[in-house]
Amino acid sequence: MKLSRLEYARPASVAEAIELLQGTEGAKIIAGGQSLMPVLAFRLAAPPLLVDIGRLEDLRGTEITPVGTRLGARVRWCEIERDAALRRAQPLLAAMTDHVAHYQVRNRGTVGGSLAHADPAAEMPGVAVACDAIMHVAGPAGIRDVKSEDFFEGPLQTVLAEDELLVGLTLPPWPPGRRWAFEEFALRRGDFALAGVAVHYGRDAEGRAHGVRVGAIGAGETPLRLHAVEAELEGRKIGEALISSAAKLAAASVDPMNDLHADAEYRRALVATLFERVMLRAEHRQEEGENGPAVHP
Amino acid sequence: MALQFTLNGKTVEFSGEARTTLADCLRHHLGQTGTHVGCEHGVCGACTVIVDGEAVRSCLMLAVQAEGSHVTTVEGLSEGEDLSPLQAAFRKHHALQCGFCTPGILTTAHALLTHEPDADEERIRHVLSGNICRCTGYLPIIEAILDARAAYADGRRGKPA
Amino acid sequence: MKVLATAPSNETPAIGQAIGRVEDLRLLRGKGRYIDDISLPGQLHAAIFRSSLPHGVIRSLDTEAARKLPGVHAVITAAEIGRTVPTIPVRLFPLPEYQPFLQPVIAHHKVRYVGEPIAMVVAESPAIAEDALELIRADIDTLMPVVSLDDSRRDQSLLVETSGSNKGHYFDISKGDVDAAFAAAAYTRRERMYVHRHTGVTMELRGSLAEWDADRGHMTVWGASKVPFANRRILAGMLELREESVDMIEGDAGGSYGVKGEFFPEDFLVPFAARLLRRPVKWSEDRREHLLAISHARDIEAELEIACSNDGRVLGIRGEIWANIGAYMRTSVVITPRNSGQFISGPYKVENVGIHVAMQLSNKSPCGTYRGPGRYEADFFRERLFHLAAKDLGIDMVEFRRRNLVPESEMPYPMPSTAPQNNPTALDSGAYELVLDRCLSDAGWSEKLKLQGKLIDGRYHGVAATCFIEGGAAGPRESSRIVIERDGRASVYVGSSGVGQGAETILGQIAADALDVPYDQVQVFLGSTTYVKEGWGSYHSRSTVMGGSAILLTAEEIKQKLRAAAAMRFNCAPEEVEVSRGRLIASDGRSLAFADVSDQGITAEETFANHRHTYAYGTHVAHVAVDPGTGHVAVVDYVTVEDAGRIINPLTLHGQSIGAIVQGLGGTLLEHLVYDENGQMLSASFADYLMPLATDYPNIRSTAIGLRPSPFNPLGAKGAGEGGTIPVGGVIANAVANALSSLGVEPLELPLTPPRVWRMIQAAKRGPREG
Repeated sequence: MKLSRLEYARPASVAEAIELLQGTEGAKIIAGGQSLMPVLAFRLAAPPLLVDIGRLEDLRGTEITPVGTRLGARVRWCEIERDAALRRAQPLLAAMTDHVAHYQVRNRGTVGGSLAHADPAAEMPGVAVACDAIMHVAGPAGIRDVKSEDFFEGPLQTVLAEDELLVGLTLPPWPPGRRWAFEEFALRRGDFALAGVAVHYGRDAEGRAHGVRVGAIGAGETPLRLHAVEAELEGRKIGEALISSAAKLAAASVDPMNDLHADAEYRRALVATLFERVMLRAEHRQEEGENGPAVHP
Repeated sequence: MALQFTLNGKTVEFSGEARTTLADCLRHHLGQTGTHVGCEHGVCGACTVIVDGEAVRSCLMLAVQAEGSHVTTVEGLSEGEDLSPLQAAFRKHHALQCGFCTPGILTTAHALLTHEPDADEERIRHVLSGNICRCTGYLPIIEAILDARAAYADGRRGKPA
Repeated sequence: MKVLATAPSNETPAIGQAIGRVEDLRLLRGKGRYIDDISLPGQLHAAIFRSSLPHGVIRSLDTEAARKLPGVHAVITAAEIGRTVPTIPVRLFPLPEYQPFLQPVIAHHKVRYVGEPIAMVVAESPAIAEDALELIRADIDTLMPVVSLDDSRRDQSLLVETSGSNKGHYFDISKGDVDAAFAAAAYTRRERMYVHRHTGVTMELRGSLAEWDADRGHMTVWGASKVPFANRRILAGMLELREESVDMIEGDAGGSYGVKGEFFPEDFLVPFAARLLRRPVKWSEDRREHLLAISHARDIEAELEIACSNDGRVLGIRGEIWANIGAYMRTSVVITPRNSGQFISGPYKVENVGIHVAMQLSNKSPCGTYRGPGRYEADFFRERLFHLAAKDLGIDMVEFRRRNLVPESEMPYPMPSTAPQNNPTALDSGAYELVLDRCLSDAGWSEKLKLQGKLIDGRYHGVAATCFIEGGAAGPRESSRIVIERDGRASVYVGSSGVGQGAETILGQIAADALDVPYDQVQVFLGSTTYVKEGWGSYHSRSTVMGGSAILLTAEEIKQKLRAAAAMRFNCAPEEVEVSRGRLIASDGRSLAFADVSDQGITAEETFANHRHTYAYGTHVAHVAVDPGTGHVAVVDYVTVEDAGRIINPLTLHGQSIGAIVQGLGGTLLEHLVYDENGQMLSASFADYLMPLATDYPNIRSTAIGLRPSPFNPLGAKGAGEGGTIPVGGVIANAVANALSSLGVEPLELPLTPPRVWRMIQAAKRGPREG
C-alpha cells in the first residue's frame, strides 16, 4: 500500500502555497495529513504535488474576542483538548471534537484538514454548520469568507477551488447561559459516527427556547442544519411532547446514506433517538455546569 | 530528496523518494525495524513513534515531514539489554503475546505517561483505543501501564529508579 | 483472576510457575524478527495483481506497460509458470473428490474471487511494483457471481462447470438412531440459524522472502509459520525439488489464530520468482490484501432440530448445515464444516445425532480454520436451541444444562462420528458440573438473575450461562531434538511453531523439568525445518501437548545418554547415576555437571505419536445491557472458568483466555467480512473491519484451573487457547435474548451489531413475525 509517485514542496507563506497550487494541476494541500494519507495509501488519489502547509505559522493559534473565536486551519485536536479558555469559550466545539479519532491522530490532525476533507460524518464540519461558522478561504485574489452551510457541497466535496486553501474559521461568540448538548453514536470509540446530533439554544425568562440551532452529522451528504426542527422549537417551552414531535421531524428531515455499517432507516431512527437524548441533556445542562468535558494537560 | 532528523538521540540522514512514509523510512532506509507497520492507513497504531514529544502514526507522515524533528522509536525507550520500567511492567503483566502491536503501544504509553503521569484507567483506555492488539484483549496492557505510572512520577520520564 | 509474571525459581519444578516469557526480552525492545524485518542483499520486491471481479473468464492479460516500467524485473502470470499450474493441496483430511476444487497458485482461465492472484510484479522496490500493478490490464468476461449460500445451492452459476454443482463435498455426522429418538420425543423444535463470515486477522501481515541458491539447487524461504513442514512438502512438490532442498525458516510470528501460516498462492509465487530471476524476492502483504485474501472463516448456516423429553433431557439433534467455504477448497477447508456438526453436542450427553454438512462453494475468498473452527458455530447453534427448548419447557436455563452435562463417570464419552473420513474422538476427562458451579459462583449468578430482563437507566439487562468444550492436541506426531551444548546447557528443537503464544517459554519449562535442570539452562528453538527431521506445527491447540510430550520422550533418551557418559567417568553402571538439578550424581556422592560430559556428543531426537484429543472445558457467564435506542450491546460483565488440565504456565494460559474471549466478543458483536450481492468485499480496510479496541470490553474476569489432567498424554495437559472464543456467540446471543425477553427477541443470526439488534427490536415491537 505505497503512495503513488509525487513531488513535495514546503512553501514559506500562504501566498507561495497558492502559487504552487496554481503551478501544478492536481496539486493538493497537506498539513497533518491524517485524512489525506490514507487516501493516498489506497491510491484513491494520486496528486503529482503535495504542498505542505504544516509549518506555516500564520495558520496556527486561536483567538477569542467578543466578535467570535477564530481558529487557524492548523489548530490540532490535541490543542483544543488542552486549551481551557477555548473550551469555555466554545463548549460545543470542545465536546464535539473530543470525539475525533484517536490520540495519535489527534496529535497531528487539524481543524482545517477535517473541514477541507468534508466527511459528512466528521465532527468538525458538524461544529462549523451547527455554529454558523465563517470559513476563511485564501486564493489568488486574497481571502474570501464562506458561510459554513455553503462551504460543504457533498461527501468529500467543498467549494474550495483547486488554487484555494482554507486558512481558518471563525465561530460566533457563545452567549452565556446557552443550553447545549452533543451526542453521537459510533460502533467503537473514535470511529466515524453512524450519526450525531448537536443542539444549542438560549432560554428566555419564561423558559422559551430562542436562537435554536440543530445540527446533524452522518445523516446526509454533508453536515446538516435541521432548519425545520429549529423552527419547530423556536419560541416554545421545551417539554417531553415537543421533544418527541421534534424528534420525528428530525428523522424526517435528514437524508442518510446506506453503507455496510448501517442502512438509512437505522441512521434516520438514530437521529431521532440522539435528538431526544441531546434535548434532555441540554435541558438538564445547568446541573452539570458549563465547562464541558475535562481538559487534559 | 535528502534530509536529516534526530532518531533516538542520533542525527540520521534519509535520501529517497518524497512518497516514502516515515514508517518505511525508519524500517527500510534506516534499518530500525522495531517500528511495525500493521495497516498503512492510520488505524492500527502499530507504527506509532514519538515526534517532538508527541505520539503520532508514522504511516500517516511522510519522512520529509519529520525533517529537523526529534523522533523516538521503541528502540529508543530502553538502554542496552535492560528493559525500561514500562517494558518491564509489560512483561510482568503479560501485556504482549505475539508482540507485533507492542512497539506502537509502548511508544504511545510512554508519550502519554510522560505528559500525564497520573493518567487514570479511563484515560489510558481512551488513549489506547488508537492501538489495535489482537492477542491480549487489552486488560493486561492497561494493568501494565497503570503499574508503570510510578516510573513517570516526579519528572522521572520513565527512567529506572 | 490476576496472574503476574515471576522469575523462575530453581527450588520448584518449572511447570506450574508463572514464568515471565523469554520472548518478551527481545519483543519489548523492538528486536523481534518478523518477516518484513528480514532483508537480503540484492532482494527484489513483489506485488500481486489481484482480481477485482468475483467470477469471470480471463480473455486476455496485457502486462506490456508494466514490464516496460523502469525498475520492473518481471511480471509473472500463469503463462510464465509453465504448462501446468500447480494447485494447492488440502493438507488435513484430503480426498480425491476435492481435486476439481483446488486453487491454482495463480488464476488461469477463470477468476473465482475478488483478491485472487492473476499476476505478480517483481521490481526494485515495493512502490515501483505497485506502480506497475496500475499498468496491468485484465480483460475478463464476467460470469454470474455466486455469493450467498442461496446462490450457491441454486447451482445456476457454477464455480467449476464440470462438477455440475457448487456442493464441494459433505460430511455426515451421526450417533445413535436419531430418527427413532425424534419419533419418540415429547418435544421438538426446529430453527434456522446463521453465523456470519469473520476471521482471525493477525496484526502482522503475511510475507515471504525466498532465496534460490542455483549452484546448490537449494531454496530457503523465510516467513514460515504455523505449519512449516507441511508447507515445505507442498512447495518442494510444486517446484519439483526434494524436501531436503527446501528450508523453511520461522522467525517471530505476529499472531496466527489459525489463519496465518497455511499455504497460500504467494507461498509458491515468491520462491518461484526467486528461482526464475536468481535474485532474492520479498513480498509483504498489505492490509487490504490481507482482508481480501487471508483465510476467511465461519459463514455457516444451519437448520437444526432438537428433541427433548418433558423433563429437559436432550434426546437428539438433527438437521442440515451449510458452510460457505468460498471459491476453493484450500489446505484446512474441511475442519470448520466438519466440526460445526461434530461438536454440536459439546459437553452435553446427546445420544442421537444426525447432521448432513454441505461444503458449498461461492465467489468469496476461500475459508480455513480460525480459533475454535466449527466449535464457535456449533456452540451458537446448540446454545440457542437449548435456550429455546428450556424456555418452551419451562425449565431454568442453568438447570437445563446441568441435567445434560456429561457426568465424569461416563468419560471417556464418545463424540458423534463423521463420514467420510471418520474422526473418532471422545471427551477425555472433566468435572463439568463442578466448573459450571464455580463459574456461577464467581459471577455472582443469583444476584445477577435479579437484573434479568430489567430496564435500568434505559438499558435492558440480560444474563446467560453456557458450557463448552475446546478440543486440542491433534496428532499424528510431533518431534523434538535435544542437544547438550559444550557449556552443559540444553538446546531444545521442536517441530511445533511459535505463533506468539509463548511456546518458547512453555516448552522450555517442560524441557527443564524433564531434564531436571534449572529453567535458565534450556533454550528452545521452534518451527524451522532445519531443526528436526519432521514436524507438524501449531494448530488445533496442539503445540504444548504434542511438542511438550515429544520433549518428555527426548529428555528421557538424553538422560540415559548422560547417565551412560557419566557412568564411564565414574566407572559404575549407568543405573547407578542419578540426574538431579543439572548434575550427574554417582551413588557414592561424586558428581559431574552436564558440561563435563558434553564432549561425548549428547543428542537425541524422538517423536511423540498420539491420536487422542484433549478436551479443555468450562463455563462462560455473560451479563449484557442492550440500549434499545441504538441497538448497542454493552458487555457489563463476562466471567469464565476453564479447566485446561495440567497447567504449564498460568501466566500465558490466562493471557490466552482473555485474548480469546475478546476475539470472540469482536466476532460476535463487531467483526464482519461483508460482501455485497455482486461479490465485492466491502470490509477491506481497518476502517471497515472492526476489531475490538481497548475501550470496548474492559469487564472480563477469567480463571483457568487445573482440575482434571488429561489421561491421554504423559503431561496431563490439555490444549488451550481456543476455549475463550468458542462459547461467546452462543452465550452473548442468549444474554441478549434474556435482556429483551419482554419483547420476545430471539437472535438467530450473528453478528449482533447495533443495527441488527435495533432491527430485531423494531420487528418484535411490530408484533409476531409473519409466516
